[in-house]
Amino acid sequence: MAYVAIADRDTHLHDPQTFVTKYIWSQDHKVIAIQYSLIAIGVGLVALVLSGMMRLQLGFPDTFSFITPNNYLQFITMHGMIMVIYLLTALFLGGFGNYLIPLMVGARDMVFPYMNMLSVWVYLLAVLVLLASYFVPGGPTGAGWTLYPPQAILPGTAGASWGIILMLVSLAIFIVAFTMGGLNYVCTVLQARCRGMTLMRMPLSIWGIFMATILGLLAFPALLVSAIMMILDSLIGTSFFMPAIVSMGEQLAYEGGSPILFQHLFWFFGHPEVYIVALPAFGIVSDLLSVHARKNIFGYRMMVWAILAIGGLSFVVWAHHMYVSGMNPYFGFFFATTTLIIAVPTAIKVYNWVLTLWHGDIHLRVPMLFAIGFIFTFIHGGLTGLFLGNVTVDLPLSDTYFVVGHFHMVMGVSPILVVFGAIYHWFPKITGKMYNETLGKWHFWLTFLGTYSIYLPMHYLGILGVPRRYFALGETEFIPDSAHIANESITISALIVAVVQILFIINMVWSTWRGQKADPNPWGATTLEWQTPDTPPKHGNWGPKLPEVYRWAYDFSVPGAARDFIPQNEPLDPKIAPGRDHGVHA
Amino acid sequence: MSTTVLFVLVLAGVVGWWLFARQLTGRPWELAQRKLDDSHEGATLAVSPARTGLWVLLAVISSFFALFMSAYGMRMMLDDWRPLAEPSLLWGNTLILVLSSIAFQWTRVAARRGDRPAVQTGLIVTGFFTFAFLAGQVLAWRQLSASGQYLHSNVANAFFFLLTGLHGLHLLGGLAAWARTMLRLMQAGTALGQARQSVELCATYWHYLLLVWLVLFGMLLAT
Repeated sequence: MAYVAIADRDTHLHDPQTFVTKYIWSQDHKVIAIQYSLIAIGVGLVALVLSGMMRLQLGFPDTFSFITPNNYLQFITMHGMIMVIYLLTALFLGGFGNYLIPLMVGARDMVFPYMNMLSVWVYLLAVLVLLASYFVPGGPTGAGWTLYPPQAILPGTAGASWGIILMLVSLAIFIVAFTMGGLNYVCTVLQARCRGMTLMRMPLSIWGIFMATILGLLAFPALLVSAIMMILDSLIGTSFFMPAIVSMGEQLAYEGGSPILFQHLFWFFGHPEVYIVALPAFGIVSDLLSVHARKNIFGYRMMVWAILAIGGLSFVVWAHHMYVSGMNPYFGFFFATTTLIIAVPTAIKVYNWVLTLWHGDIHLRVPMLFAIGFIFTFIHGGLTGLFLGNVTVDLPLSDTYFVVGHFHMVMGVSPILVVFGAIYHWFPKITGKMYNETLGKWHFWLTFLGTYSIYLPMHYLGILGVPRRYFALGETEFIPDSAHIANESITISALIVAVVQILFIINMVWSTWRGQKADPNPWGATTLEWQTPDTPPKHGNWGPKLPEVYRWAYDFSVPGAARDFIPQNEPLDPKIAPGRDHGVHA
Repeated sequence: MSTTVLFVLVLAGVVGWWLFARQLTGRPWELAQRKLDDSHEGATLAVSPARTGLWVLLAVISSFFALFMSAYGMRMMLDDWRPLAEPSLLWGNTLILVLSSIAFQWTRVAARRGDRPAVQTGLIVTGFFTFAFLAGQVLAWRQLSASGQYLHSNVANAFFFLLTGLHGLHLLGGLAAWARTMLRLMQAGTALGQARQSVELCATYWHYLLLVWLVLFGMLLAT
């Protein structure tokens, strides 16, 4: 059969005419990506405000009468859940996944554009249901972002009647939205690549997003299963998770259920979730480093294999979140071992990033600053992860600020730095305009140094034994005055970092309308999205003819070439490299 | 959890081995590899995107049911578990579901032949058996409720109602696709048109849900 690209087989490519079909009910992956991103960033700002409220309480206890202990727990819960799922997962996969996959693999659109459109609107519904919990009796749930039963649905926990149900329903809706999007991402990567684009010629961004989507598709059902069973426990009175229990002096009708079962299910989702957020960040940061260091990524094959290995291993480490719940020592041994093993492919990636910089022609533009910042915060958070992976070290540290510092470093700050770097990097392509470089640099340095001054002291607090989740520490003998001072300083840093994000928003909004017109390929990047005939790319991406790919994504600084990069769709020039290999042998 | 881990590992193993053997060992920066890669047509699998999508969806649903089975296995070990005597009606329902799957397979073969009247008959028969199965499941629920076995009576009951209900919901989703196929068939006039692919995909889905049911039913019977 003669080859016809999948995107070109369908003669009736959705062709928007009116404002509504073009920007609202759009089936164009680029518009959907922007819709996803705007919703995610919007709800992320809510979560940012919530963290500011928590920090106000922790830094200056007994000062703010509008923050009650229940409020505080509601802030924790909503902040955690929004940041992890509704912001990071949605932004990386729904936002960057949607924008980058078709452009980077040379497709005209996702393979199921209608389902893609449904995905974003169902996601919006999930966000609205979640936020609706602020307007119901009792407010949102205060069960902590892990929603552990039995307390999540017992009276006495904030939002035990309405809030928790809305949370679980919202999660279920989100999972439906994600599955619709995820089917698109996987099938587009597998089936809609342009001619010449083998799997091993894909940019690492696509590898990261692809693997993260597979993890999401297999792991989110665990959250759905636990949500369904918890809703039944709460509304109908089944005892999947609820043990026989006396609540407020009253024997409840529950019998024999297992809270630990919930923890297994939750973390079977929860740990892959870490990598659902991390793998796209790994992929994107690899591309940022390579482009802005004008050098091919070090060890491309190893990078791909490491992504696959991390993806596989992430399903067998979940119980390291449950050391304090108690388990058979052999299980603890098993999970500590797998946890430490997963550090090996991760470390390979870190070495390769650093070695990509080695002897590179580094351009410290804003995206590169964020990418290098990521290496710092990720190494930092990764190393404390090695501490916590060991059962004996985890037990005393698990309920302290050490853990808060660790996971914010590794899966809060690190992915967010990549998000910023990626937005700055692709902004000229998305909008056709250039952002303000100076504002971007201020944004980077204040955010980077600011987050360090937030989370570094938390490790110290944790080693002192300051417990996390507490509304107020009160007068406690083992907590010295210096800890209170550290808390104040953390709060001040946190507020500064929060306010600094206004710089980013101003820069983005102002540059979109008033920025200088950007070059179609301002960074001299090799990947396909920079080679589109129009900037920003028009509907259908490629004009009349799909691109063809003749090389991998990392032909930077090839000896003898006219420029220091060769786009992926440029055919081999026999004069430049007659039979000679480029780059490093991995 | 071990069921699920096993499921995921087997899936990852198969996919990983396949990818590795065929696609992941190339050195894209070398000239010899480059010549091979230039003639690559772009798609990884020799099937349509819709079929790829269906297989990925089936993997997601498998993960969903495997997790429920893991939860079942773990919850079963606890003291308050009182096994439920499954109504014997379920055997009849199983037979009906097998018949619906056979009917769909027959329809699929007819669609490959391009035999439109046979496809229409086949779809109607399949639909009849499927609705009969769902009605049978509801009847089984009512029998249980009539004998005082409610959803909240014991967690074994809860699992029974939940698993049968979720399986039924998936079948209802399949019936939505089935109705769409009927609609397409009517729109297509004398030819099969797009209905042909719908029949193919629906048949796969029906066989898959039969398999899920057999596994679930086996698990419920064995415990």
